[in-house]
Amino acid sequence: MRKLWHWMNKRKLLTGPYLLWAVGFIILPLLMIIYYGLTSSDGGFTLENLLAIGDPIHYKALGQSLLIAFGSTCISLIIAYPLAYILSKNQGSKKGIIIMLFILPMWINFLLRVLALQMILANTGILNGILNFFGLPSQHLLYTRTAILIGMTYDYLPFMILPIYNAMCKIDRDLIHAAADLGAGNKLIFRKIILPLSMPGVISGIIMVFVPSISEFAIADILGGSKILLIGNVIEQEFSLTNNWHLGSGLSIVLMVFIFISMAVMNKNDAEGEGQMIW
Amino acid sequence: MVKRWIEKFYVGLVLFMLYAPIAILIVCSFNASKSRRVWGGFTFQWYIELFQDEAVIEAVRTSLMLTTVAAVVAVLLGTLASIGITVMGQKKQQVIMTVTNIPMLNADVVTGIAIMLLFGRFWNLGYFSMLAAHITLGVPYVILNVMPKLQQTSVSTYEAALDLGASPVYAFIKIVLPDIMPGIFSGFLLAFTISLDDFVITYFTKGAGMNTISTMIYQQVRRGINPKMYALSTILFLLILLVLWVANRISARQVQETRG
Repeated sequence: MRKLWHWMNKRKLLTGPYLLWAVGFIILPLLMIIYYGLTSSDGGFTLENLLAIGDPIHYKALGQSLLIAFGSTCISLIIAYPLAYILSKNQGSKKGIIIMLFILPMWINFLLRVLALQMILANTGILNGILNFFGLPSQHLLYTRTAILIGMTYDYLPFMILPIYNAMCKIDRDLIHAAADLGAGNKLIFRKIILPLSMPGVISGIIMVFVPSISEFAIADILGGSKILLIGNVIEQEFSLTNNWHLGSGLSIVLMVFIFISMAVMNKNDAEGEGQMIW
Repeated sequence: MVKRWIEKFYVGLVLFMLYAPIAILIVCSFNASKSRRVWGGFTFQWYIELFQDEAVIEAVRTSLMLTTVAAVVAVLLGTLASIGITVMGQKKQQVIMTVTNIPMLNADVVTGIAIMLLFGRFWNLGYFSMLAAHITLGVPYVILNVMPKLQQTSVSTYEAALDLGASPVYAFIKIVLPDIMPGIFSGFLLAFTISLDDFVITYFTKGAGMNTISTMIYQQVRRGINPKMYALSTILFLLILLVLWVANRISARQVQETRG
């Protein structure tokens, strides 16, 4: 027994390297951002960098980011949920291949995929070519908010599909059979069994899509043609163009607060506490 | 019957949307015209030029080195940490898991900037800052994949092995490791994928004059992208398909062997 206890204690030490790493590269960097965000260039304490979010350019960018992130999250949920449902019904030997088909696009660099989207959406692009072929009028899409919305939905869709699919595969088929035997119709089964049991997957999907799309700046750059500024672009420019690390850090803190608030709201709805399991 | 047809059509439609841009990239890689709008005939020119371009080859090498090293280190750190975390008390577990979730849930821009500030202030930006950022990004995925497998592993088998005189390390390799291997593998795969596809964090933490595939493409976006990049992505896509096909064949054979 004593030997065992001794060994258990030793096992905890295995966490040591990771703990050092987490302090050095997760906590310390965050403290750096907070330090820069709360000081001015002469080193004195200031709230100015946080309050800078009140500047119209900044809060408009944040509002637009929230709107686009919300939109792309909703659209991907609407596309992904029925898809995951259909896929989970046909579980066979092909299960692995099906999952792979939806992960595979992520292995092609997303900047290149977004560039290809640019070719599809351009004024003389493929989509308008198809529309004109059928005698429909051309759509002006590229360099609009809609283009950014399409780009983000396209890029993050697999992150919505996979967690929902996983949650649905875990649903015990016997539950559904039992409900059907007891006379429940398809709609009732869906409402009482499939919907509630797939909720953890939906919540991780929402987090996986919403968080990256709220701060994304490269997609907005390519499809928005730098006409439309999102909060990610504003922060990026503070570091790459104006070199104002303090303001950039201050805005980063604001963005972080927004993300953690939305996370807290999501987790409150997630009674099961499984929201953290992503795949 | 109609319902099944609609379902198949829907799955096909989503797959079409996901793969259409990739198909366009592949077509562009064979386009003799440099313009993305005009078809100038079929050519292998970009593939030939690709292998003569030192800068591109250097970027590919940096990307693959960085991603592989980051994923391997993340697996080592994450697996060891998972073993320790499972024997800890609940309170400590919660604290560690909260910290672990930060890089995964925080915005990439913020994570990238935070690490850049740290290195920019106290050291300098270069290969190591980029590597540190990628490892930090990967470890949470390893822990989240290995932990559930560890919790399913039976402790008593392991303890029985110790009682029968196995050294802890030997017992670990023979008993625990095979059980958690699938988790380690999927953790590695995720860390690798995320690191390879990452642009934002690399963009902030890389040293001057350094490029991965992602940052190189981003630089070219403004000046007009060179079709060599399409050729590169086509080659990578085919390589990945090949690896998947081989992996699929191997696992199919394994299933047959265990059945037969």
